[in-house]
Formats: sequence, C-alpha cells, structure tokens
Amino acid sequence: MSIRGKACIAGIYEHPVRKAPDLSVAQIHAEAARGALEDAGLSPSDVDGYFCAGDAPGLGALSMVEYMGLDVRHMDSTDTGGSSYIIHVAHAAQAIAAGKCNVALVTLGGRPRSEGVSGAKVRNWGPNMPDVPYETPYGPLTLNQYAMVAMRHMHEFGTTSEQLAWIKVAASHHAQHNPHAVLRDVLSVEDVVASPMVADPLHRMDCCVVSDGGGAVIVTRPEIAASLGQPKVAVRGAGEAHKGLNGGRVDMTTSGAARSGAAAFEEAGVKPADIKYASIYDSFTITVLVQLEDLGFCRKGEGGRFVADGGLISGVGRLPFNTDGGGLCNNHPANRGGMTKVIEAVRQLRGEAHPAVQVPGCDLALAQGTGGSLATRHGSATLILERG
Amino acid sequence: MATPDEPRSMPAPEINPGDEAYFAAANEGRLLIKRCTACGETHFYPRAVCPFCLGGETVWEESAGRGSVYTFSVTRRAGPTPYAIAFVTLDEGVSMMTNIVDCDLDDIHVGQRVRVVFRDTDGEYRVPCFAPE
Ligand SMILES: [Zn+2]
Repeated sequence: MSIRGKACIAGIYEHPVRKAPDLSVAQIHAEAARGALEDAGLSPSDVDGYFCAGDAPGLGALSMVEYMGLDVRHMDSTDTGGSSYIIHVAHAAQAIAAGKCNVALVTLGGRPRSEGVSGAKVRNWGPNMPDVPYETPYGPLTLNQYAMVAMRHMHEFGTTSEQLAWIKVAASHHAQHNPHAVLRDVLSVEDVVASPMVADPLHRMDCCVVSDGGGAVIVTRPEIAASLGQPKVAVRGAGEAHKGLNGGRVDMTTSGAARSGAAAFEEAGVKPADIKYASIYDSFTITVLVQLEDLGFCRKGEGGRFVADGGLISGVGRLPFNTDGGGLCNNHPANRGGMTKVIEAVRQLRGEAHPAVQVPGCDLALAQGTGGSLATRHGSATLILERG
Repeated sequence: MATPDEPRSMPAPEINPGDEAYFAAANEGRLLIKRCTACGETHFYPRAVCPFCLGGETVWEESAGRGSVYTFSVTRRAGPTPYAIAFVTLDEGVSMMTNIVDCDLDDIHVGQRVRVVFRDTDGEYRVPCFAPE
C-alpha cells in the first residue's frame, strides 16, 4: 500500500530558543507540540497518534504522552538518530492510511548546548553494545567519523575543501535572513577553509552549530487538512534505509540515501530534476555532498562540482537547499536535524519561507536526513512533499 | 609541520560475552578475525553470529596483521593530544576501526601500507593499532 496522497502536514513549529538552560526537555517537546497544534488550528484533544525518538526523556512516547496529557491510540518511538522525524512523518502517513490514527503529533526537543554535549566527545551508549569494544578505544567522535567519510571521498573523487566550503557558504547566505539563526554572518569559501582544522579534512566551519531547541509537526488525513486553515502540503513519497559497515566490507562514500531516495522517488513518481527545493541533513558539509549524490541530484563523485560556485544558494544555484540556514548555521536542536528539515520544506511549499530565500512556484520539495554516523552505521530517510 | 604521535590514554574496551578470546590474543600480540563455518565469509567486528547468513558457528582466525589505510582523520582539537583514527583494510579482506601510531600523523595517507602493533589501554586489555610498514 502506497502512502502517496494519504496524508498531509497540517501544522509545523520550530521552537525559537537556541540556548535553554531553564527549560526542561519535556517542556521543550510540549511547547513545540502546542506551537504546531496552534499552527494547524487543532487542539490537544484532536491528537490520537504520537511519535518521538531518543531525545524524548524517560520512556519516550509513554513519558511524553503522559506529560502532555494526551490520549492517543497509536504510538511510535522509532529512533534512527537525527533522521527519525523524517521517518516519523512517513510512519504517521502509514498509520493514517491504515486507520490507526487521524491526527499524528511528532515532537523533538533537547538541550545539548546547555548540557555540553557535542560531536567532539565520545558518546557512551551504555552496556551491551556489540561494536563498542572494537571501536571506543580508538576515540570515535561524531566529528572524526564524518571526517573519515570526507577523507575517503576526496581520495576517490578528488573532492576539495573549497568545494565542501561552498555548502557552508550557501547555508550562511540563507541564515542571514533568519533572525533566530545561531550564525548569521555571510561566510566566504576563504572564511571556511581558514577556520581551524578540527579533524582532517574538516574545518570548524564544516561543522553544524550546537544548539538547544525543538520542533513539532502535525500529520493528518487530507480531508481534515482541507478543513483547516493552512495551504495543503501532501506526503507524496517516502523511503527509509539502514547503512552500516557490512561485516567489514566497507564502502564509506555511499550513504543510505541511495536506497531511501530511490524508494521515495519511486513512490512519488517523480525524478530529482523535478524537485524545486531540498532540505538536506547538514551535520557537516560532507553529509550534504554525499546525500546529494546518492539521491541522484548529480552522479557519484560529482557532488563537489554540483555544490561549488553557489550551486545550493536560493535564487542563484540549481538546487536551493536549507533556506533556513540549516544545521550548519541556524539550528541543530538535540543534535538531531531531521525535524527542521521537514519544517523548512513545508514553509517553502506554503510560500512562507523568508522572501529573500523563497523558491518561486515551489510545488515539490524533498526532505532528506541521516542519523547516527555516516562512517559506521546510520539511518537514512527521504520524504517527498507536494503543495495542493 | 610535523604532528608527532604522542602517548594517549585509550579507554579500556568494555567487552561482552564472547569477546574474551580476541582481547586475550591482543594481549599476546595476535590479531584475530572471525570466519563463518556455514557460508565461509570472514567478518569484522567479530560476532558469535555471522552477519552474512546468521549462522551460529563462527570461528577465530589469526590475521597476518598487514593491510592498507582505507581512510583516516587526524583529530586535532578534541583532547589533550592529536590522534589518528582510521579504517584499515586487512589483507584478509575485512576493514576495521583503529588508530595509526608510531609516525608523523601529517604523513598518513589513504592506501598506505601498515602493520599491526598493540597498545595498552586504561584497563587489562591491549588493542590492535597500526603503524606504517
Ligand atoms: Zn555466514
């Protein structure tokens, strides 16, 4: 059963906070939920499905449903890292199509900035992890694992630091128009490559920001969405995939986006060239480059040329991306960027992006996320949305 | 400008049941990988259950301890000393996460030939690292 045309995104909310030492994580989730319900014109009693991932405190959906006083008949705590929320929209559409719920709420919230958690520390995932004894002694950080992908990509395809820098430059051109963005300065390629080398070949400016914050979306039936006030944004196709080390047969320059993207394009019945705007997960510049290739916006190995010379700048390049400034400049709440990818894609389809970055006639958009580590094991999610 | 490989405190591996033989061998200066008796494939990291066929009989084999750098990154600003995390593809065909040691970290390159050496951790076990041949 396809989810094409079975569900719409009727409400979105991006929490404006970027540093939240005085807010609890549960409170951020709930404030985001309230914002998305108000945006949709719905009330908490309308919600009968709830979706969250590992950033939700305690027992995930159980804790959050109780905290927010919701009464739901469908719950899903699928956790694929930062790509979770893109998968949640697809799972919500599946649940709606199957009659399991009518109004699904997806929330995200976290405080990594206040708690001092970043990609420059070895994460402790707890006991019983099968890979940990063979990896943790070597100091794997989110940062240096993505750096190893960049190093291999440079080796295989001749990708350069300057080409990667163009991705940050494009994000910064967009972020200057976002009053909530953590970084609002317009950057040059020289600014990026002159920033300190943190893990070869990635510079500090190749990395996303660390921010507190959150967000939420409401997914509902098309007929309910049509009765509400917002422009209609429909789910047209989706795909999800896992990519790992394959038992030691390692191929680090292709991500799960190759499979999740192919599935989403097939379900949607469209091609990469049809996409007017793309939200592309941007934990690091290299993350964007690999996903663009794997989604088919250009051929494998040609991502460097595709993004160079403003290729991703709205109004300038061939593929406007992350017009909110993305994780690279705007916001990376809970160290998980999938939610904001969905939100900005919906803004574009509604025509609600900042006028300086709004894509004219944006009727087909894509949101792509990866979560976990691109080098070792990650989840990938692709969502194709359409207006009307 | 050289970046010397300086001694670094390595966290002890927190091992699970079934991992003992690998780390006991490391303490003796031997690198082990796993092979599945059902499908014949080697794999890494080692598992009791084969990741290619889910077969339940996997056996240890000794690696010659030689290979080449698949990729690496010198982490320069996330600890007291720079260090080189890497994936090394063993001549037996599997790739493993490791550190490149005993060299100028600025000279490491993809494709470089390396051989296994063993380094102390903060616990009872040593772990395999690699140095240029
Ligand atoms: Zn097998």
